[in-house]
This record gives sequence, C-alpha cells and structure tokens, in this order.
Amino acid sequence: MSVTPTIRIQEAPFDLAVETAALTAGREDVGGLASFLGLCRADDGLSALVLEHYPGMTERAIAAIAGEACLRWPLTGCTVVHRVGRLPPGAPIVLVLTASSHRAAALESCAFLIDWLKTRAPFWKREEFADGRERWVAAKAEDDEAAARWDRA
Amino acid sequence: MRVLYFAWVRQKVGRAEEEVAPPAEVRDVAGLVAWLAAQSPGHAAAFANARTIRAAVNQEFATPDQAVGPGDEVAFFPPVTGG
Repeated sequence: MSVTPTIRIQEAPFDLAVETAALTAGREDVGGLASFLGLCRADDGLSALVLEHYPGMTERAIAAIAGEACLRWPLTGCTVVHRVGRLPPGAPIVLVLTASSHRAAALESCAFLIDWLKTRAPFWKREEFADGRERWVAAKAEDDEAAARWDRA
Repeated sequence: MRVLYFAWVRQKVGRAEEEVAPPAEVRDVAGLVAWLAAQSPGHAAAFANARTIRAAVNQEFATPDQAVGPGDEVAFFPPVTGG
C-alpha cells in the first residue's frame, strides 16, 4: 500500500499526541514510530525566532523528501509539520514522525527526513534579541555534512 | 517573468516580488542575477556577493547555468535554515 505523507506548514502549535494517533489509528501493521521534535533554543539572549518560507516550493520540497524516504524505507506513514511566524524560546518548531513495521526503518527515516529538510526545504530563521538586535541565521556546514551522509554514490 | 525574494535578499532589494522583462540576452540564472543587480542600489546590494545566494526556477532549486525565460517564476534567497 502506498503511503501519502502528511505535510503541513502552519503558524499554530501542533499536538504530538494527535499527530501520533493519526499515524496509528485503525491499523495493526505499525510496529514502531519515531519522532523528532525541534524546539526554539534561547541562545545569547534570544527573545524570538521568526520563520519565513517560500509558499508552494516548501510543500513541494518536503513532499519530494518524504517521497524519497518512502522509497528508501518501508514506511506505513509519515508526517512533517513545520511552523512559521514568530516563535518564543521553548516553542516547538518542527515535528517529523515516521511509522513502520520495524524500528530501524522508523528511526533511520526520521533522521533522514530532518537532515534533508534542514538543507533542502526553503525556510529561513531570523533571530530577535531582547536588546532589539536581529540577525538572519546562517546555514551551518555541520547541517550539510549531516545531510550528505544520506547521499548515495 | 516573476521574481521572488526571501529573507535578507528581500530586505536588501526592498520588495518581496516583482514582474520583470529582461532583454533577450538574459538566458540563464547567472545572466538574470547580473541584469537584476543593475536595476537599483538595493538590488546591487542584495546581489553584491552572488555566491551567498541560492536560486529556484519554478519552485525547484536551480544552478547559475539553468535557463530562464518569460513566464518563469524565479526566486532568490540565502542558503536555507529551517528545521
């Protein structure tokens, strides 16, 4: 049975329990579910992160990444929810859920999805500080390296 | 041709999007960057270091040699930082 990933970009918070239940409700073939929950970290007096994205391309890019995950691992379901707008420290930013009959596929595909999302989905973060400063977050070489470990020769 | 700008590229250009009609000799992303950079001081500032800018053509990541033409949607932005 082919998997239709759930992909949402939204300002509103998301509910991990609700999203998890949606991947398991009414089925008995799910043996494991892996999750990654990304949070807004308060570095250096940060007062908020402001997330911007490219509507249209974002959904396409995440769908392509999720499609690749479904080719590489036998998933029973997958969910990506990414928030945009102004988020305070501690707020959830991104949720990746992967479900499979076996744990290895769920765990590996979850790591793959967040690694590729960070380098291939068109989101940008701007940091706002309590003293009024603001700056755009720069892309990190370590994120490129994390994404590259999933490259295939 | 519709051109979109995001993040600090948008701030430097001073607008989020615009309709442009570059001359026929503008055939690829690199040519479009060079032409746009001459349109205003804001554009020039945004494209001053083209190596720091990424592009998409019709919502797919694109390289400088990718062809562009009338009717295309071309976007310019910094390297992505989501997740």
